[in-house]
Amino acid sequence: MKALSDFLDMGGYAGYLWPSYILTFVVVVLNVVWARRLLGRSREEARRRLATRAATEAGAAPTRAGEAT
Amino acid sequence: MAWTWFHRLGSPPYIYSLAARLTPWFAWPAALLMLAGLIDGLVLSPPDYQQGDGFRMMYVHVPTAYMSIMIYTTMAISAAVGLIWRIKVAHAVAASCAPIGASITLCALVTGSLWGAPMWGTYWEWDPRLTSELILLFLYLGYMGLRSATEDVQRADRISAVLAVVGVVNVPIIHFSVVWWNSLHQAPSLMRLGKPTIAVSMLIPLLLMLLAFTLFFVAVLLVRLRAEILSRERSASWIREVVTP
Repeated sequence: MKALSDFLDMGGYAGYLWPSYILTFVVVVLNVVWARRLLGRSREEARRRLATRAATEAGAAPTRAGEAT
Repeated sequence: MAWTWFHRLGSPPYIYSLAARLTPWFAWPAALLMLAGLIDGLVLSPPDYQQGDGFRMMYVHVPTAYMSIMIYTTMAISAAVGLIWRIKVAHAVAASCAPIGASITLCALVTGSLWGAPMWGTYWEWDPRLTSELILLFLYLGYMGLRSATEDVQRADRISAVLAVVGVVNVPIIHFSVVWWNSLHQAPSLMRLGKPTIAVSMLIPLLLMLLAFTLFFVAVLLVRLRAEILSRERSASWIREVVTP
């Protein structure tokens, strides 16, 4: 227990050290999450684009609003 | 014939599938090295004789500060390649670097500030190193702002690339600021001519973290690059193959 509290205290620098490590960890994780989400969205968007084009090519009415048939 | 590999590097479908295949090879080693660096840096390495346990700030501050410059350099070189040879993939790389670089630079500034508070007695000083690093953050933000304010992708590529290339002048200023001017910040102990002025027991976790952050950057860059390529290649038929589940 003593060893753990000593470790967490970091020789009195805990108040500076742990926020730094937590921030860095958060930035690393957010970078991964944001990048993956961005890729997911781009794939979804590309899929929708292809579906719209396939529908148009098949002779269906254009799906974009305001477009003349 | 020898140039085919070079031409392939400019081909979006090739880069897309290459990026997808390479990502795990960077992501997993990055995670493992970061874990090893954390254990070594926080638990195993001995306290510093002057700073006690406060020096452990180094293991998050130095890698993020180093990466902030490395990512900018990567961004500026890709932007220059895109400008000179009109390679779309190069612009896509540059655009993907910016958000990663901006977040890492913010991290370097805040961890530096939290290290400065107990050691220098101040969170912030308009010191050459600190100021030039803050300008780096503004360069990233300016680059991103310029891109999002320009509707046409090709125009955004060109305009933002000029900013990235001009801004690279700040990179040597950041690096040499502690040598050229009187600074609160210490001089380099690793990136210097001759032997590093740091004990081996402290150096090993630092090198682990530096390598981990480099691999981490490449992994995130590859994922962002795929997204960027997908949104740019609007009409390409190869996209059908990669997005149908």
